[in-house]
Order: sequence, then C-alpha cells, then structure tokens
Amino acid sequence: MSVFNRSAAFVFGVSVLLGSTAAHAGGTVEVLHWWTSGGEAKAVGELKKTFEAQGGKWIDSPIAGGGGDAAMTALRARVMAGDPPTAVQLKGPGIQEWAKEGALNDVDDVAKKENWDAVLPPALAGIMKYDGKYVAAPVNIHRVDWFWANPQVLAKVGASMPTTWEEFNVTADKLKAAGITPLAHGGQPWQDATVFEVVVLGVGGPDFFQKALVELDEKALTSDTMIKSFDQLRKLRGYVDPSFSGRDWNLATAMVMNGEAAFQIMGDWAKGEFLAAGKKPGTDFLCAPAPGNGYILNSDSFTFFKVSGADRLEGQKILASEIMSPAFQETFNLAKGSIPARIDVPMDKFDSCAVKSHDDLAAAIKANALVPSMAHEMAIARTIRGEFLDVVTNFFNSDMSSADAAKALVEGVKRAQR
Amino acid sequence: MPARRTPAQWIERQLPKLVVSPLFAASLFFVYGFIAWTLYISFTRSAVLPSYEFAGIIQYERLWDTPRWYVAIANLFIFSSLFMAGCTVIGILLAILLDQRIRIEGTIRAIYLYPMALSFIVTGTAWKWILNPGLGLEHVIRGWGYESFRFDWLVNPDMAIYTVVIAGVWQSSGYVMALFLAGLRSVDDEILKAAAIDGAGPMRTYSSIILPMVRPVFLSAFIILAHLAIKSFDLVMALTGGGPGYATDMPATFMYSFAFQRSELGEAAASAVMMLVTVIAIIVPYLYSELRRTGR
Repeated sequence: MSVFNRSAAFVFGVSVLLGSTAAHAGGTVEVLHWWTSGGEAKAVGELKKTFEAQGGKWIDSPIAGGGGDAAMTALRARVMAGDPPTAVQLKGPGIQEWAKEGALNDVDDVAKKENWDAVLPPALAGIMKYDGKYVAAPVNIHRVDWFWANPQVLAKVGASMPTTWEEFNVTADKLKAAGITPLAHGGQPWQDATVFEVVVLGVGGPDFFQKALVELDEKALTSDTMIKSFDQLRKLRGYVDPSFSGRDWNLATAMVMNGEAAFQIMGDWAKGEFLAAGKKPGTDFLCAPAPGNGYILNSDSFTFFKVSGADRLEGQKILASEIMSPAFQETFNLAKGSIPARIDVPMDKFDSCAVKSHDDLAAAIKANALVPSMAHEMAIARTIRGEFLDVVTNFFNSDMSSADAAKALVEGVKRAQR
Repeated sequence: MPARRTPAQWIERQLPKLVVSPLFAASLFFVYGFIAWTLYISFTRSAVLPSYEFAGIIQYERLWDTPRWYVAIANLFIFSSLFMAGCTVIGILLAILLDQRIRIEGTIRAIYLYPMALSFIVTGTAWKWILNPGLGLEHVIRGWGYESFRFDWLVNPDMAIYTVVIAGVWQSSGYVMALFLAGLRSVDDEILKAAAIDGAGPMRTYSSIILPMVRPVFLSAFIILAHLAIKSFDLVMALTGGGPGYATDMPATFMYSFAFQRSELGEAAASAVMMLVTVIAIIVPYLYSELRRTGR
C-alpha cells in the first residue's frame, strides 16, 4: 500500500469509523447468521462459495445458540456501536422492526433491475419490503402445514393419510386403541404454536387464518371458529405420549421414523431429518399437506443493514443479486430441504415432497390462500407472537377452556400493543 | 528524617488503594452503572433497541398485567422457600451425622459436597433424564414390575416446579452441610462435656446448646441460598426450559425471554428491577444488622 493510499485509507477510515477499507474486486460482505448445524451450514457455505467465486471477500460471522437469540443480541450490540454487518439472517416482521429504527439499506435498484416482483410470491415480497423498497432477500420457502407419517404404522390400522381433521381424529383414535402414539410432538412453545396454526388453517381456512392470526381481528380471535380450533387442539393433546414435554422437534421426527408414533405436524425441515437418515419419501415416510386448502409460508431471508464505504455497498448489492439468482436458490435449497423462494426455478432435481410444495404454492398464490406463519415469526410482531405462544402453550399444558383461551389471545394482543 | 521517609511511606500507604481502585471503578461502572441504566430503561418504551425517551411507569403497568409474570413470582416463592428449607434441614442433618466422629468421614464429606462441583446446567440435564417418565425413574421402576408406579412431575404443569426444587436441593445441600459442619466443629468441647455432666441427651444437646450457638451459620446459609434461589436461571433452563408451557417460569427466565426473544427491553428491564428490589429487601436488613453489630 503506497503512502497516498495509506493516508487516504486513514481519512476514509476515520470518516466511516469502523469500516474496512481493503478494496476487493467483488466487494466485501460480513454475514451474520446462525446456520451452524449440518445441512444449514452446508447451505450457507454454498452462498459463500458463489460470492467468493466472483472475487468478493466474505467475512463469516456465525453465532450459534438459542435459535438466533444470541445472534440477535450480537446484532443489537453491533448496530448500537455503529458497525452493523452487511447482511443478517433476519426474517418476517423483524425486518420491519429494524427498518423502523432506520438501520437498513435498501437494495431496490438491484431488485428493480432483476424484476424480483415478478418472481416472488406477493405475500413474501411484501414482507421483504419497507416503504415499498426491498430491504431483504429471501433464500427459501418452508411450508409449515405438513403431516409427516409412517406408512407402515398407518397400515397397521388400515388407515391412509387423512384429508380433514375429522378423518385425522378417527385415525388417531384407532391408533390409540392399537397402542400406538398417534402424534409425535415436542412440548416446546414454538412447536405447540406450530400445531396450533396448522389447526387454525384446517378449521377456519386461509381467509380466517389471515383475519385472526395476521390482521389480529378481535371478532375473528374470539369467534366460534377460533374456539373450535382450540377444541381440536385439545383433542390433539390427547394424542401425544406422556413424556412429550420439552422434547426437541427432531426427536419427535425420529419417533415417526422408528414407528413409535404415526404422525408429526411440522414444517418441511422435518424432511431433512428423514432424508439424512436415508429414508425415501413415499415408501419410508409420507408427506401430505394438512387440511385447509391453504399454504402456511415460512421463509428465511437476509436483511441488508446500513453499511457504508463503496466496497461494502458494492458487496451488499452483489450479495443481494446472488441470493436471488436461480442457480443459487437451487443449490441452497437442495442442501437445506426447503424450496426456492423464486417460483420460476425448475424443480426437476428436487424430491417429490418439494415438488408438491412448489405446485401447492403456485396454486395457493392463484387462489389467494397463501398465509404467513404466525409461529415462525412471519406474520406478526415478536411481542404479539410471544403473547400468542404463551396462551397456546398454556392452553396445551393445562385444562383451560377453549373460550378462555380465545379471550386470552385478545387480551394478549391488547397488552402487547399498549 | 521524616522528610526522607515520606515518599516511601506515602506509596506504602496508598498502594492498597491504588491497587484496588481500578477494580473499584470497574465494579462501580459495570455493576452500579448498569443497574442505573436498567432502572432508566424500565421507564422507557424500549423495544428492539433501547430508547431514552422517558415514558413513566407504563412498563410496570404492563408487567403487572401479564399473567405469566404472576406464575413467575409464585414459582419464585414456592421454589425459594422449599429450596432454602430443604437445603438447611438436609444440610444440618448431614452435618450432625458427620459430626459423630465416624470413620472415612473425609470420603463421605467429599461425596456429599461433590454435587456443588457440578454446574446447574449439568445438574439440570442429569435430573431431566432421571425424572423423564419415558426414560428415567418411572421407566426403570415399571420395568421392575411395578406397572402402576407413577412419577411424572416433570411433565405435569402443577408439579414441575417441585422437580426444580428436588434438583436444587440435591445440588446445594452438601454445601450447607459443609457450612454447618465447620460451625459444629467450632463449638468448645468443654461446653459439650458440661452438658453431658448435666445429663442432657444428644437430642437436647444439639437442639438447645449447639444449634443456638451456631446461629451465625444459619444467617450465612440463608443469604447464600436466597441469592441462589432468586437468580436461578440455568437450572430451570436445563431441567424444564420453563415448561411444560410456562409452568416453571421464574423471574430470571421471564426477563430473558422478554428481553431477547420478544424485543420487549422495557418490560424486561421492569422485571429485572422488580428482582433487584426483592434482593434489596432481603439483603438490606442483613447488612443493617451486621453493620450495627460491628459498630457495637
């Protein structure tokens, strides 16, 4: 580095405080994420490879622990110190929270040039934007409303995959009578909430789901449909084994795999567990959408923070473009088990469950039946989601009446919004 | 002569203060500074990031309107009273038994003290497996043929808090034993002999003479156990994760979940201040009595 460069770098360094000044052809990005386990780490490694292949410099900041809580704490400290990472694994209304604090950069020029609006599901595109501009890019779509089942266990009672909750209850009663745990479930608040929202979709349909769990309409929250949903959740409580409390979701998946239980209600990250154990979809395990003719959407995304310096800004734009490139969306999602967020990526390399998910997604967009997940921080602010999780998990673990639970939902919304 | 000695003397005098002052400044800032900061944040509408706009007592109103907070408070009372009583009673009994000049006392003492060497995380995880009805105690005893045996407290929302007590008492009673054993050993032999000559049996000797004489040990045991109980976080996290539902939530886990999982820094700060107030309510009378005693 010449003297001139050094002094220029010094001035520049002072002006941006903590910005890196080492210039790279393809820009510099620092990516904060908590994808540290198996398939996830491999998936994010794909992004790193693509970014470095075009000459960029990738600074990896993985922060494990607490399902992202630790990473969020680190993020808060970084932003307050004026040194945010370039991109952060951050999703749903969390994006809006940070945008309101003025902490985000928009990548709208990239989005306009590549026409993201045309290739993303509208419900998802809305979540990625603040004030009409893209501030985040989605990497994948996970469907939440799945039934996972063990066909051998279902065969024991001569049952097939249920298509309504009534059918599910009949099958579950038969399984219970045969001494098989009908539903593998882990008693953690987010898992209780996952089952709850799948039930709400099945009982009330996508329009009701949208009104109650996304728009937080008071009438919908206390309606008979909501009470009926809680009744069904109460029924499901009777179908889990006695030691479900605190069990991790992948252990519940293993119960289905080993034939100890028949069903699991979980997003399609469960498929990753089946595949990792060498199970084949269709023969060793079955996947089917839960009742309701809807599609509960969960999506991971990278959110772009307010960095400065030409090098970092350039890196941010290149990263945004790469995340949304069809090639990356394909490799990433093959590694992670989800489906591409772009709806125009060819699905021929994906397994049958993923293809089903992709087809249903397209159908749901057409029928206006695509809803964002409440349990997975896609639909509502974290404060209200927290209140909902409290109510649902308390209901699931006590003998609270369905009407009281519906009332508690409304009280929770009011308290969070006070 | 005095003029020549002064610099050395000065250094000698000031050295302890100089050595201690960075530590003092650090603790002033990191402990009391952050207490003040938390106190202020509890009077703001801070959500995902701290905001410094004063908003009155809204966060306290919201806190005392949250059903989960009442569960946390009730659990704290159940847990701390049973935990402190359990540890003290078991600790005293073990200390008295060990005080009988038995053989291999050193080995037994180490065995009883050993749980204290484990972190609460390890204790919690181990007891989680022991108490899990599908894996642990219930499973084993049923395997022996007692099919009707039931011990499902861990997954029963009404009883789960008592499993935290069991694990906590298991961990800490050995430590209380060590405290009391030291106290018992410091009692003068002459007094015991005098009691024996007066015809007092062992029960009477302990209850009327020795235990009253080790009164200060009760106080230190009480203070140590009380602060362990109030800050109990890791044990709950490892053993039950606050569940089933939020049945075993404690103020510390409540605060963690509101601050870090829900973007409710303000309400979390309010709950932290409530915990601080509780600790002060216990510690201040103790400090007061201690200071008065040394003043006299």
